[in-house]
Amino acid sequence: MFEVIASNKRRSIALVIGFVLVVVLIGTAIGYVTGFGWVGTLVATLIAGVLAFGSYWKSDSVALAVSRARPADPGEYQRLHNLVEGLCIAGGLPKPRVYIIDDAAPNAFATGRNPKHAAVAVTSGLLEKLNRVELEGVLAHELSHIRNYDILVSTLAVTMVGAIALLTDTAIRMMWWNGGRVARDGDRQGGGNPLAIIGFVLLIFAPIIAKAMQATISRRRETLADVSACQLTRYPPGLISALEKLKADTTVTHSASTATAHLWIEQPMSGVGDRGRLGGVHRFFDTHPPLDERIALLREL
Amino acid sequence: MLMLMWWLIGILVVVALVVIYLIGAYNGLIRRRNQIENSWSQIDVQLKRRLDLIPNLVETVKAYAQHERETLEAVIQARNAAIQAPDTPEAQGQAQNQLTGALRQLFALGEAYPDLKANQNFLALQEELTATEDRVAYARQFYNDSVLGYNNKLQQFPTMIFANMLNFERREYFEADEAAQTAPNVQF
Repeated sequence: MFEVIASNKRRSIALVIGFVLVVVLIGTAIGYVTGFGWVGTLVATLIAGVLAFGSYWKSDSVALAVSRARPADPGEYQRLHNLVEGLCIAGGLPKPRVYIIDDAAPNAFATGRNPKHAAVAVTSGLLEKLNRVELEGVLAHELSHIRNYDILVSTLAVTMVGAIALLTDTAIRMMWWNGGRVARDGDRQGGGNPLAIIGFVLLIFAPIIAKAMQATISRRRETLADVSACQLTRYPPGLISALEKLKADTTVTHSASTATAHLWIEQPMSGVGDRGRLGGVHRFFDTHPPLDERIALLREL
Repeated sequence: MLMLMWWLIGILVVVALVVIYLIGAYNGLIRRRNQIENSWSQIDVQLKRRLDLIPNLVETVKAYAQHERETLEAVIQARNAAIQAPDTPEAQGQAQNQLTGALRQLFALGEAYPDLKANQNFLALQEELTATEDRVAYARQFYNDSVLGYNNKLQQFPTMIFANMLNFERREYFEADEAAQTAPNVQF
């Protein structure tokens, strides 16, 4: 358990460094493509620094706000609060904040930067569709994310992947409008600056790389959280039957966006074309292992 | 002369490393031992919370099922016995198990009295008690996990060498006794 926590902390540091590097690269690329030169690099470095710092402190509120979560009233959601409290005792964790998302699709996620500053959010659909034991299994899965410090890595990823997408998007648009400058006569000729071409390629590929990074970080930890959840409840059938219900349910989680996809217990977007010709490529971007695989693994416990 | 100095520095470094290791290992043991104590008190907190919920429950049930004097009294008696039981794990465990059995019978009344079963207060209390019983179980599980972590550290090489000298002792697990292993008997 402690090894997992340590490796996750290391990974989040690596993620932040990698993110800053990617942003600086993008900045340089923007500089070359738009002709701003080193100013682009400088601005991008500044943005990266502020974002990396800001996302450490505030990314949980971002994730919650994006999903339109509201605090769960302890009286109204007595059972939910009770289950979270019980599991926290089992794991020796402080009780996280509990949130509700009004969405008919059954799903849940955890966020925060450490167990003392953590939050669990569940959809109203989850509360309706699962019974007590199943709900407990799902909550144990989310609390395992908190205990293993998965939340830190994945919540950082939310803001960073989002920021990279935003930056490259802006850059490509800027190129379209010639960086806001009035066109000069010389602009069109000799356009063979090789650095500008590399920059252009980089701008196109950066968001894709970011996405693949997000997916790889996420997949392995889902399986781990499933197993740790059973260590908390000592009752694998609860989580198994919960996952089976999630599998049978085809409602799309509307509150999820692509940036927060990897936070949820079940992949909120349908994996289109998972079995088609490009199935293998699609799986590369899946944030979760297939539910069947997860269920099969739990049955072996 | 120079040779001697290098030797001295070498020995100092080794001693410093050993001291740093010892401090770390000692603090780790203390931390784990305190966690055991904390988790033990957590069990008590939850057991006490259960006792506090019962008078409320009995009042609610009384309003709907006056004729079930026997069941109600069994619960009250079991609760008093649990409060008075000496503070040893065995005596407490036995008294609490008695109470669990009595409570099951009380909740079974819900089946015979539909009005009671529909009562919001009764449902809320039932949820609260179920949750508290879960919490007791979880607190015990956490206690045992803490003991496991501590004992592992204590018996492993090389911590065991100095742990013995400093009087760190093995801790016992909490074990459910016979009465708890067989599910309480519910009679209708």
